[in-house]
Amino acid sequence: MSSPALVRHPEYSMPVTAIAEAGPAPAVTPPATPPSFGTLALRWYRLNQGRLRATAIGIASLLAFLLVWHLLTTYRVVFFVRFTNVPSPLAVYASFSKAIHDPKFLMHILLSCRRIFIGFSLAAIIGVPLGLIMGRFKLVHEIIFPVAEVLRPIPAIAWVPMAIMLWPTNEQSIVFITFLGSFFPILVNTLHGMSLVDPVLVRAAQCLGARERSIFREVYFPASLPHIFTGLTVGMGVAWVSLIAAEMISGQYGIGYFTWEAYSLVQYADIALGMIAIGVLGLGSSLLIRGAGQLVMPWRST
Amino acid sequence: MSEVLANTSKGHIEVRNFSLAYETIEGPVQAVTDTQIHVRPGEFVSIVGPSGCGKSTLLNAVAGFLKPTTGIVTVDGERVNGPSAERGMVFQQYSLFPWKTVRENVEFGLKMRGMPRSQRERAARTLLGLAGLEAFEKHYPEKLSGGMKQRVGIVRALATGPKVLLLDEPFGALDAQTRVIMQQILTNMWQRLKISVLFVTHDIDEAIFLSDRVYCMTARPGSIKAEIPIPLERPRQQSMMMSSEFLALRRGLMSLIREESLKAMGGEINDMGMQGLNIELHGHSLADVI
Repeated sequence: MSSPALVRHPEYSMPVTAIAEAGPAPAVTPPATPPSFGTLALRWYRLNQGRLRATAIGIASLLAFLLVWHLLTTYRVVFFVRFTNVPSPLAVYASFSKAIHDPKFLMHILLSCRRIFIGFSLAAIIGVPLGLIMGRFKLVHEIIFPVAEVLRPIPAIAWVPMAIMLWPTNEQSIVFITFLGSFFPILVNTLHGMSLVDPVLVRAAQCLGARERSIFREVYFPASLPHIFTGLTVGMGVAWVSLIAAEMISGQYGIGYFTWEAYSLVQYADIALGMIAIGVLGLGSSLLIRGAGQLVMPWRST
Repeated sequence: MSEVLANTSKGHIEVRNFSLAYETIEGPVQAVTDTQIHVRPGEFVSIVGPSGCGKSTLLNAVAGFLKPTTGIVTVDGERVNGPSAERGMVFQQYSLFPWKTVRENVEFGLKMRGMPRSQRERAARTLLGLAGLEAFEKHYPEKLSGGMKQRVGIVRALATGPKVLLLDEPFGALDAQTRVIMQQILTNMWQRLKISVLFVTHDIDEAIFLSDRVYCMTARPGSIKAEIPIPLERPRQQSMMMSSEFLALRRGLMSLIREESLKAMGGEINDMGMQGLNIELHGHSLADVI
């Protein structure tokens, strides 16, 4: 469909449709013959040089860390810090290969994961909608915000005695602590995201006929998503911190309890194993959230 | 296409006895006072004026985002009470939804209207084709150049078939070459749709090149200083910008605005500085021109 107004202008030789393609024109012209494997490999190397370098250095530095750990423990170095009783990496590996066949160890991990899942999910299910509603309705914000601000600075661990009193079972109080730890970062970041929504986008939606509910769903919510996911990531981290502390204090099972128990039973290798397990679980759950974020926000990925 | 762009060539904007004041701690500050403007159905009207004169305020009141302190804004005799899809708006900052693809952005107004998905997809494709953007329908706005973003912005505003199109310095952030192309595209769409356009700009050439009529506003508090019909024949071409007719209009508008800009700067410029400028200013008064 050509435009009559433009056709009549001889000096306007560029038709409207051509203007679009004039933008980011594909610069690469395909060569006549397909490039050889060598050329492709070389190109791939050039394009990913930076990333390869980072990976190589990363692996090297991890190996160096293991080596230093190994040396410090084999020679039982005492230099302000005492490595006398610290297990060596090999000892930890030995206890790891034993533990993965031990149903009790797996149960500890599974229980911790379940507590995180329940506590964190509850925090997200309550925190995100509450933050959205508080960000949109001033009255709700005015009522809830002061209470939240008073409770927020209290670390979740400080809630342990109170939680034990509040909840009938130990399990429930631990989940409650985990919930509290992740709830406030999620709420605060959601609120922050709501406060940063560009008012011009709201106007744009309004003059396209959007009403309150659509504006909420189509503008406020997606606009806040990046901050919501920041809140979820931070919340997940704090959830693990709170969970481990709660398990160490009042638990009977869980990876935090496992680590503490290892200390009481003088199973030094298991202490390090517990710590590493916690680290890996924390990293894994963060990666899960990041992956979910990329799925939910395709416009943010490059 | 016709179902999307069905426009009954209405769109008569009227702004009468309009004034708008902002409340501040020192009392109300008058942004716009005693203003009457109108846009006839199918007419292209621009508002120019020194920066801060309230031209965007006036446009936002027509859009329904601001309530006049006194006076009334009507479109086809109906009072404007808030934003509505009847009045499409294009913003300087493009204001595309970053989380929606180009096509989803264009579809938005139709979706709000409850049009089924397949139908609005088809409509959006047709419209994007008109703007030469069909190849980019699945792109997110972030990936587009400024000119492309604003084409999407215009298409999105037109998709619901509004009676009037309001544009708030839409090409202000674009480079000169892109701007010229965008002006041509806008003219093209306007002629095709026979829609009424109210266009705010600080670029005098742009106002003359595009408009049937130009309102020039005074410095703050803004009111209409002059109404200048642009008798240049259509279709207009870039080469017209060199014609004596165009240049005369340009000189006239330029001096009007310069007068107001100086007033706006007020005390900042002392007599010494004013003298040189005054000579030039009186050399081309509007009376010589029209």
